[in-house]
Amino acid sequence: MKYEPVIGLETHVQLKTDCKIFCACPTSFGEQPNKNTCPVCLGLPGSLPVLNKKVLELAITAGLAINCHIAERLHFNRKNYFYPDLPKGYQISQFNHPICAKGFIDIALPSGTKRIQITRAHLEEDAGKLLHEGIHDGSYVDFNRAGVPLLEVVTEPDLRSSDEAYQYLIMLKAIMRYAGVSNCNMEEGSLRCDANVSVRPVGTEKFGTRSEIKNLNSFKAVQKAIEYEIKRQSELLDSGKPVAQETRLWNEERQVTITMRSKEEAHDYRYFPEPDLVPFTVSRAEVEKIRKSLPELPQQISARFQKEFGLSPYDAEVLVQDQRLAQYFEEAVRSGAQAKLASNWIQSELLGILNERKLNIETSPVSPKDLAELVKLIENATISGKIGKEILPRMVDEKKTARQIIETSGMTQISDEKLIAEAAARAIQSNPKSVEAFKSGKTNALSFLVGRVMKETQGRANPQLVNKILKEKLEQAV
Amino acid sequence: MEKNNQIHNFTLEESAKALKSGQCEPSDFYQALRKRAESVDPKIHAYINYAEPSSVPSANGGVFSGVPISLKDNISTQGWETTCASKILKGYIPPYDATVVRKLKEAGAYIFAKCNMDEFAFGSSTETSAYGPTLNPWNPEYVPGGSSGGSAASVAANEAICALGSDTGGSIRQPAALCGIVGLKPTYGRVSRYGLVAFGSSLDQIGPLTKTVKDSALLMNVIAGHDPLDSTSAPEPVPDYTADLEKSIKGMKIGWPKEYFIEGIDPEVRKALENAADTFKSLGATIKEISLPHTPYAVAVYYVVATAEASSNLARFDGVRFGLRAKADTLRDLYFETRDLGFGREAKRRILMGTFVLSSGYYDAYYRRAQKVRTLIKEDFVRAFKEVDLIMTPTAPTPAFKIGEKMDDPIQMYLSDIFTISMNLSGVPCMSLPGGFDNKGLPIGFQLVGNFFNESKIFRAGHQFEKASPFHTMKPKI
Amino acid sequence: MSTFDIDKIAELARIRLKAEERAKLSKDLESIIRYVEKLAELPTDNVEPTSHVLNLENVTKEYKPRDAKVSEHVLKHAPAKEKTYFKVPKVVDN
Repeated sequence: MKYEPVIGLETHVQLKTDCKIFCACPTSFGEQPNKNTCPVCLGLPGSLPVLNKKVLELAITAGLAINCHIAERLHFNRKNYFYPDLPKGYQISQFNHPICAKGFIDIALPSGTKRIQITRAHLEEDAGKLLHEGIHDGSYVDFNRAGVPLLEVVTEPDLRSSDEAYQYLIMLKAIMRYAGVSNCNMEEGSLRCDANVSVRPVGTEKFGTRSEIKNLNSFKAVQKAIEYEIKRQSELLDSGKPVAQETRLWNEERQVTITMRSKEEAHDYRYFPEPDLVPFTVSRAEVEKIRKSLPELPQQISARFQKEFGLSPYDAEVLVQDQRLAQYFEEAVRSGAQAKLASNWIQSELLGILNERKLNIETSPVSPKDLAELVKLIENATISGKIGKEILPRMVDEKKTARQIIETSGMTQISDEKLIAEAAARAIQSNPKSVEAFKSGKTNALSFLVGRVMKETQGRANPQLVNKILKEKLEQAV
Repeated sequence: MEKNNQIHNFTLEESAKALKSGQCEPSDFYQALRKRAESVDPKIHAYINYAEPSSVPSANGGVFSGVPISLKDNISTQGWETTCASKILKGYIPPYDATVVRKLKEAGAYIFAKCNMDEFAFGSSTETSAYGPTLNPWNPEYVPGGSSGGSAASVAANEAICALGSDTGGSIRQPAALCGIVGLKPTYGRVSRYGLVAFGSSLDQIGPLTKTVKDSALLMNVIAGHDPLDSTSAPEPVPDYTADLEKSIKGMKIGWPKEYFIEGIDPEVRKALENAADTFKSLGATIKEISLPHTPYAVAVYYVVATAEASSNLARFDGVRFGLRAKADTLRDLYFETRDLGFGREAKRRILMGTFVLSSGYYDAYYRRAQKVRTLIKEDFVRAFKEVDLIMTPTAPTPAFKIGEKMDDPIQMYLSDIFTISMNLSGVPCMSLPGGFDNKGLPIGFQLVGNFFNESKIFRAGHQFEKASPFHTMKPKI
Repeated sequence: MSTFDIDKIAELARIRLKAEERAKLSKDLESIIRYVEKLAELPTDNVEPTSHVLNLENVTKEYKPRDAKVSEHVLKHAPAKEKTYFKVPKVVDN
């Protein structure tokens, strides 16, 4: 039976404020455990919350960046449950009047753009951190993180593959970074993700039973866990067994999802309106003010790259995933590089080379202008693409420009037809069997001979000319 | 001055004057009061503990310079154990002062003693305290009322100059009535709740318990006002509450709500109210019958809303960060054992009730419905104050009852709040004043209810009443 | 009258019900719940619930980071701690 996966993602985005959501404690990372605390975020008796204004502003910014409607009226609710990292025994969150609703994020797939709808986004306070590793007779609790502001973004179950989930996270991260709302770094904990996965027979409408996957610590983990879960559920259904509605944990070591051990009672969070916080209204004027102050966001830049530079939607989306990458690309194009070539060379070559050397686009020794120069040389056939691929790593390592390397290494492309014809003639002479193979219709005989000529010319011969000339000669040969 | 120059008999007004003029030294004042307390407190047990002589400040020129204040033990005091008369907070030492404590200190006052109370303010008799009950100074076989029983008894017995308590459903006013003193519940939001261990967050207010109406006004001048640490704190400016005390109340309209004077009301309570009404008439006020039709539903609303909020507010008592922690090998045991050892029966009852009314499947039928009826109760008052300036009612349905009399039947106990609860539900200010005695010599109080933020009118009428009646001068023989 | 599962409620509230308490508490709660049923007598379909009695809205604060300087005190008085962590029995579900 062929099954279609149905996936929804719940992500917690840590908002980039200096202070926590309800008190003036710093949100700074890496402090001594329990240093960034006060009566409010420790939940001491008699303490009361007061909302950090910046949190509201960033939440509205984030909501607009993902195309949500911003609520006119909102309030907070208490979510009641017991856990050692939850100081008050309840979390101040939002239930029925979230700050954002009905948005979307467009993601780039090879097949085209897909719109992932966002059900809602709401504000809540983070809990503290529990540590278990290496502590033999207990667990440790650190409340530095308690009270850090979070925006929980929930998608509709619109995703249909682990790749789509991955792309969604990439785009969410890019949007939040561009908007200055969050760093969205899963490894640092400023982005957390749970996945809801179910499968259904292809062609059916009814949703299957879903499981919730937690403990996902990287985008890759999200992808792998979803893939595993799809396979697990499909196999269960194929063997006639039902899928249980449950929460499962991703185990990174074993690369499997496992049922959560705790036999917790079904959570009854007993939501009720938070009496210690008054309601909030957001005027449309305020929303417009924030909307106007939004920087150019990935979607807009992507659209612009497509329109102005003729990039494909897919290429444009990939470039805008990283703001610095998009900036690099744009600067290269403005320095004269042909857009599609620049895009290819950056994505297919430069990034790989940088990555190998543990560098990134920000620390690239090759500036956009330098890259543009290389691309232009390839475009006007001064050098071949193949040569270009040799030059670029040298540009990175030797910190020289393309022109400097070419001049010292004599790597300019050979387009002299007379020279090529001579080399072609030599290749044909040394390889009589290829001629016969060509005559009997084997097309790779031509490629072989092209390879011979390229080898003789150290890759500098213009490949199109080599092809043309060889073909002519072969056809003339009798 | 009169009163045999015995400091412990001074009013707040007299104390402040004597200390400010230098007639008394703060340390002498402390010694005198302490001596009195050590003599009477063993008989009534109003106090949990005392401040050390070293905490008596030197005169600072403030309006309450050197004045000792007795404080209900659910108001946080920095460095001084704050227990809410519960075992679960044994050893809890707040690292901060409640805002009202800070304000009093800024005015030159200091906290003299911590007053006994019903555990977590759950009760109307101070019998649920983990430290044992407080007894009524008028007759130690009777309760002083609750939950601010210690605060009220200490003032009545002249072992306090004045005290602060908290009122969620009558916990200042009812003990004030049963002990024959003045007790004010301010308008909700008038006094900061920051530092008050929360019971019913949308109902709680800290307020004064004093020997005279003017003392109450003086104390309110210092403790009232907006607090940026409390989101529910009202921005309304604080008038000088003593400014209008001497103004005549001729022409004032005082409402007499028929629902509070039903058949079966204790005849001695009714007599006291009728006498009080006569006194007001003699001062030129008119008494007008009004209706507060939803009064019969107030207790039911309260026992849904207040318990719901309390069940959530008490979740933070889990043994993790402060207070009592039971021996426990598992997390589960930590919670269950700590809360079992730490909470008394009434606390458990209210937590269970509150958890129930918020739980899945019951929220709409209980909590939400109660919040709707709350609106109706509030609207009763809003309507009434269009016709009258103040409303007068009995404070308690009977004078003090005997120790142990109501402990077995929770509904009976809850019904003792029947006249005080509506003011918390709607948020209006309300004061209980002494209005007479029953044939056993036990005090009877009556309430003056004012419109939102209209404490001044209450003080004015109360002060004029006091001048025309002897009750505030009568003290228990202890 | 709504029946309720006292064991489920007690579990949610982390309240232990000892045998001798359970019966009395159950009875008490049933009578309280019966009492509050009277609220159903009133027509409330078109009434808004009151969560806050004052009409306050939009209370926010512009915070600047500060050290509250309470952590040392709180840890000092904590029921169980190690280094600067609060310590609890092993939490077993991850």
